[in-house]
Amino acid sequence: MRRFALIAVPYAWLLALFLVPFLIVFKISLSDIALAIPPYTPTVKDGFSALIQGLDFENFVFLTTDDLYYKAYLSSLQIALISTLLTLFVGYPIAYAMARAPQEWRATLMMLVILPFWTSFLIRVYAWIGILSNEGFLNQFLLWTGMISDPLTILNTNTAVYIGIVYTYLPFMILPIYAALERMDDSLIEAAEDLGCSRLTAFWLVTIPLSRNGIIAGCFLVFIPALGEFVIPSLLGGSGTLMIGKVLFEEFFNNRDWPVASAVAVILLLILIIPIVLFQRNQQKQAEAEA
Amino acid sequence: MIKTILTSTATLALVAGAALAEEVRVYNWSDYIDEDLLAKFEEETGLTLIYDVFDSNEVLETKMLAGGSGYDVVVPSGTFLQRQISAGAFQKLDTAQLPNLGNMWDVVTERTEQYDPENAYSINYMWGTTGIGANVGKVREILGEDAPIGSLELVLNPENMEKLADCGVHFLDAPAEMLPMALKYIGEDPDSHDPEVLAKAEEVMMKVRPYIQKFHSSEYINALANGDICVAVGWSGDILQARDRAAEAENGVEIAYNAAKEGAQMWFDQMAIPVDAPNVEGAHKFLNFIMDAENMAAASNYVYYANGNEASQEFLVEDVSGDPAIYPDAATLDNLFTTTPYPPKVQRVVTRSWTKIKSGT
Repeated sequence: MRRFALIAVPYAWLLALFLVPFLIVFKISLSDIALAIPPYTPTVKDGFSALIQGLDFENFVFLTTDDLYYKAYLSSLQIALISTLLTLFVGYPIAYAMARAPQEWRATLMMLVILPFWTSFLIRVYAWIGILSNEGFLNQFLLWTGMISDPLTILNTNTAVYIGIVYTYLPFMILPIYAALERMDDSLIEAAEDLGCSRLTAFWLVTIPLSRNGIIAGCFLVFIPALGEFVIPSLLGGSGTLMIGKVLFEEFFNNRDWPVASAVAVILLLILIIPIVLFQRNQQKQAEAEA
Repeated sequence: MIKTILTSTATLALVAGAALAEEVRVYNWSDYIDEDLLAKFEEETGLTLIYDVFDSNEVLETKMLAGGSGYDVVVPSGTFLQRQISAGAFQKLDTAQLPNLGNMWDVVTERTEQYDPENAYSINYMWGTTGIGANVGKVREILGEDAPIGSLELVLNPENMEKLADCGVHFLDAPAEMLPMALKYIGEDPDSHDPEVLAKAEEVMMKVRPYIQKFHSSEYINALANGDICVAVGWSGDILQARDRAAEAENGVEIAYNAAKEGAQMWFDQMAIPVDAPNVEGAHKFLNFIMDAENMAAASNYVYYANGNEASQEFLVEDVSGDPAIYPDAATLDNLFTTTPYPPKVQRVVTRSWTKIKSGT
């Protein structure tokens, strides 16, 4: 009985916060657009049999007829993948330095990583417009040092999107890696060195494998939200920046086509489920290994 | 114990219900009213006014079609209003509660009837045109003294646009206004819903797209005023605000607004009451307050847009009523056109075409 209750809690959570919303979106994706409140048909009000008969996969077929959609998915995957790697390269050294810092500093360093969250996400992204624009701080500084003679165009390009994503999601990369590194026993490194490893080899053979779970967790925490990101590409990206979040927004708001927007969202979710399942499996393995 | 909780919950609900009845919730465009009017309304009626703002018709429409927005008065533009009326999003106005209806101007009400037959669901708040804002000095420097600043040639002829590109050109991010403009330029019916005709508009836009710095519907106000860009296709009042900001800053930037001489689009922002408005009586009080001649004039004097209220005209300042960019003369008025909403299938063609124009794919 107790065991049943323990399992029921997470499943109820999953049901209420994932499965039910997903089924609602999935149902809308099988409906047809209509000029009504809400703007699709059939609805639950039409009765159960009409509801079932009115559903079809027309909208999913439509997505395959226009290359805009697969281009947007591919370009989102690319942007999310590259920015996850960039975040890892920036985040790992920071997490490593934090874990190696004297015990009494660590709380302060942790605080500094979390501090930006005290300001609204939107304001922080807006601030980057001021930094990256042609007349912005970065260009003025570079012009002043004489490193460039003409202002660099960064804002409204994909470069600005990468900068924005790396900046925004950096704490999500640092924290799990830091947690993994902090638990690591220093004597393992000493042992490796005693056995003839150089510092670099010891880092590669001991530290990296031991922080592997932190790296994987960090990468998922960055990759998953970056894939569907809307705010950063729309504020920092140019009109050429193609991301599925923007396409979704246009389907929903400009075309007022909730069914097609839902179909785009369902496919996005399916793309995300694969890495999430891999992540879950990794977690499980880790739990089993520790037990 | 449980009984106490139940009673106190019921009491709370009653109190909350009573409080709700004293509130009027208005959802209007940003930077679109003299805020002194909001305080005046609260003083006159004793109602609490909750005033929220939006910046695109699309956002408003999504709220309306989802239902249960909680607003008592909203302000969609003509074509959006028409579509939302057919979706059943609004309720008919109770004219008995609107004695100030007599102040309205037939020049405007005749035109808004095409969106809202007999003006049964809405009253006009403001109206304007979509046209061209130019930094006169810089444009003349680049294109010569006879630069066509009042013509679509300036923004839709690739030869002119190529020269202007370095100086900066912004277009509205609004396909329902830009495609009709392109159609007008090549002499087609700007209100065409025929995908083949709309494809011609796409061709016109594709030729000038390399020279457009940005598609955006509000940034151009500051960019024009600061002299960051030379030309913007935008809404009349916004460009006039840019003109005044530049004049106040005394930065040597002179901005001119022109409704294109080939013909310009005329649009109307209409106040309406959602079908599920919590405080219908309060909503009518707000509409009647806005239709008061002096109140409406105060709003126009503040935002530099023309209104649909004839009685308010005697209270307008000369800067507003005497400016042909705000109140066009009869000849210009004849040259303005209006459009009707695209049906869903055509809307999809238009949005797809717009994505192609903006992103090249």
